[in-house]
Amino acid sequence: MTVESTAFEYAPAPESRGVVDLRSSYGLFIGGEFVEGGGKPFKTISPATEEVLAEVGQATSADVDRAVAAARRAYSRTWSRMAGAERGKYLFRIARIMAERSRELAVLESLDNGKPIRESRDVDVPTAAAHFFYYAGWADKLEHAGFGVRPQPLGVAGQVIPWNFPLLMLAWKIAPALACGNTVVLKPAETTPLTALLFAEICQQADLPPGVVNIVTGAGATGQALVEHPGVDKVAFTGSTGVVNAFARAVAGSRKMVTLELGGKAANIVFVDAPVDQAVEGIVNGIFFNQGHVCCAGSRLLVQENVADEVVDRLKRRLSSLRVGDPLDKNTDVGAINSAAQLARITELTAVGEAEGATRWSPACDLPTSGFWFAPTVFTGVSNTHRIAREEIFGPVLSVLTFRTPDEAIAKANNTPYGLSAGVWSEKGSRILWAADRLRAGVVWANTFNRFDPTSPFGGYKESGYGREGGRHGLEAYLKTEPVA
Amino acid sequence: MTTTTDPTATARDLVGASHLDDASLRRFLHGLPGVDQVGAEGRAATLGTRSIKTTAKAWAIDMAISMVDLTTLEGSDTEGKVRTLCAKAVQPDPGDPSTPRAAAVCVYNDLVGVAVDALGDSGVKVAAVATAFPSGRARLDVKLADTADAVEAGAHEIDMVIDRGAFLSGRYLQVFEEIAAIRQACHTGGRDAHLKVILETGELATYDNVRRASWLAMLAGADFIKTSTGKINPAATLPVTLVMLEAVRDFWAATGTQVGVKPAGGIRTTKDAMKYLVMVNETVGEQWLSPDWFRFGASTLLNDLLLQRQKLSTGRYSGPDYVTLD
Repeated sequence: MTVESTAFEYAPAPESRGVVDLRSSYGLFIGGEFVEGGGKPFKTISPATEEVLAEVGQATSADVDRAVAAARRAYSRTWSRMAGAERGKYLFRIARIMAERSRELAVLESLDNGKPIRESRDVDVPTAAAHFFYYAGWADKLEHAGFGVRPQPLGVAGQVIPWNFPLLMLAWKIAPALACGNTVVLKPAETTPLTALLFAEICQQADLPPGVVNIVTGAGATGQALVEHPGVDKVAFTGSTGVVNAFARAVAGSRKMVTLELGGKAANIVFVDAPVDQAVEGIVNGIFFNQGHVCCAGSRLLVQENVADEVVDRLKRRLSSLRVGDPLDKNTDVGAINSAAQLARITELTAVGEAEGATRWSPACDLPTSGFWFAPTVFTGVSNTHRIAREEIFGPVLSVLTFRTPDEAIAKANNTPYGLSAGVWSEKGSRILWAADRLRAGVVWANTFNRFDPTSPFGGYKESGYGREGGRHGLEAYLKTEPVA
Repeated sequence: MTTTTDPTATARDLVGASHLDDASLRRFLHGLPGVDQVGAEGRAATLGTRSIKTTAKAWAIDMAISMVDLTTLEGSDTEGKVRTLCAKAVQPDPGDPSTPRAAAVCVYNDLVGVAVDALGDSGVKVAAVATAFPSGRARLDVKLADTADAVEAGAHEIDMVIDRGAFLSGRYLQVFEEIAAIRQACHTGGRDAHLKVILETGELATYDNVRRASWLAMLAGADFIKTSTGKINPAATLPVTLVMLEAVRDFWAATGTQVGVKPAGGIRTTKDAMKYLVMVNETVGEQWLSPDWFRFGASTLLNDLLLQRQKLSTGRYSGPDYVTLD
């Protein structure tokens, strides 16, 4: 044999950064132009290396005023008067440009967010483009959507999105809003503003009328100014349940329509008759996809006790093959934690998990020395009273609980203030339908997890929010739905 | 390498029956966890996105070359063609003696003698397709005679086909006994031929069946399980191979017996081969990354591997005129 080594070591396979033309500073995007923000610019870094990527403008309330005014102008003069078919053309054009510039978007997303390029390339960017393609098709068919004979847009939408899927959440927000004839002011998360600003360039490239899309960057105060702004007719927010409380107070009693997509503590239920190898993949995808920075993450594994040991053994073996590291390496499965603050929260909650008596396990993996990193972690022996079984960790941390009977599985799954998603694994169709009927969650996945499609509505029960995004249902959030005589 | 213990006793233990019959085998095989088609295909597709570059690619190309069962199974095969193939297996790239040799040459029975003679003591094995290949439609005594003929002619490895009709109609015991009998025939007359059992997954229709057939073959004493004859479409696919790798992994965990896997048919490019090696690496681990435990049943694959190998060592692409025709 001339083959000497017995180990198959994958050589580094980094995606080139050359495709991204990173500028040293970015302004706000208001009225179709990039303008400087009134506040002190802030830096956005690569969470994988802590390298400063760019300086980004900070929008003050005066900037938010200007953005809302630009959106209002565009709404009343152009966008709301335009025929649906014409709006659709712009959306199709945006979708095509996103697809054409997909590599650039993917690299920038991975740089700014820390997520593996495999995910930004194969999930985030294509799904974001798919949302624009999907809603472009609705733009001239709104009267057939089931929301009245002549549904009207709401006006100016103020949209605040999180850092976990920056471009995809932008698409979820902007595509239906524009299709319905609204204009938007969108605030991306402070740690991940760059793909939104590249999207602003794409709007220019698509000749989108000025003011239809406005992007204001900044921190919490900017978001607060946006949702409180009296010129905003509609507020759409995706983020943590904690942050939203302030927002909810701000819009309470106002005429503003609101949709909220918040946190989750989803149960991924594995029954004894599950397709075990695929269930293990689904568990991995459920909690380690995007470093667990997923509101619908399957962070609680509920496994039937008579197969629990086997499933956990298989899960551990599988986790040992996960590749943690450079987000731009095409072979990376788990990238960097998005920020120091998020890393601190994950670290704190996992310490609580140990202190409360759960058994902690992680595969052997070398973490980079700079940047924010957390090894995939599994807690076994978790009970429903533990904080790690109740609070959203929003990181690569799985809590394993067991159940004896199907009724117990449902009771445990529903015993949470959240209700965004759930997973059911069984080869028995009747059991899946039985469970889906009883789970108090907006999305129930059967024999899969974390699967997203623009045609499918998404949203939560209870503290996971209200309103639906995606699909025909997603139009309702951006339309006056009462029938017009 | 091959043990001569009676597989029936081991199978009885695993199946948990005092004697094996269709019912006890069905209970066992149908009690295996199901395979979700969408999930299995999704996993295979994700593994297919691994990017194997530079040193990893060089390593994997050499590993893949050393795993090739260079195959010719045509009615028009000639002695000359088999001798050419043997020379190629021993020295795949005459321009670069550092190229590893192939694992085996795979031929029909009547050409085993030619291959044995041509390969001599090169270390390249001779594999013969026996048991009324490719359909398997013959009486057991005919299949046994076919096997004995190949073994006596000096074949080191026997690639048998299972009776798909018996399997699909639930006559599991018949399939089991046939494999066990052929295995016995591989060990007659002081010979010790390796048994590869072809499941012909293209005719089994579901991944559940692939998993069950894999276990049935392993219970009956297969040294290798192999996807396809190459005469049926589809032949080897990544998801089918994934299900078979999971089966050998679980069989090894349950019994301590390691069984090899051979995808065959339809694997033509280096890129394909890389995907299979990644799948082996991440499903069963490096313990299987050896020609003793993983093979490619292929013919045109070898030339593409050689072209890619030349590209890596010289930095430029050549063309089909720079590798030898088979």
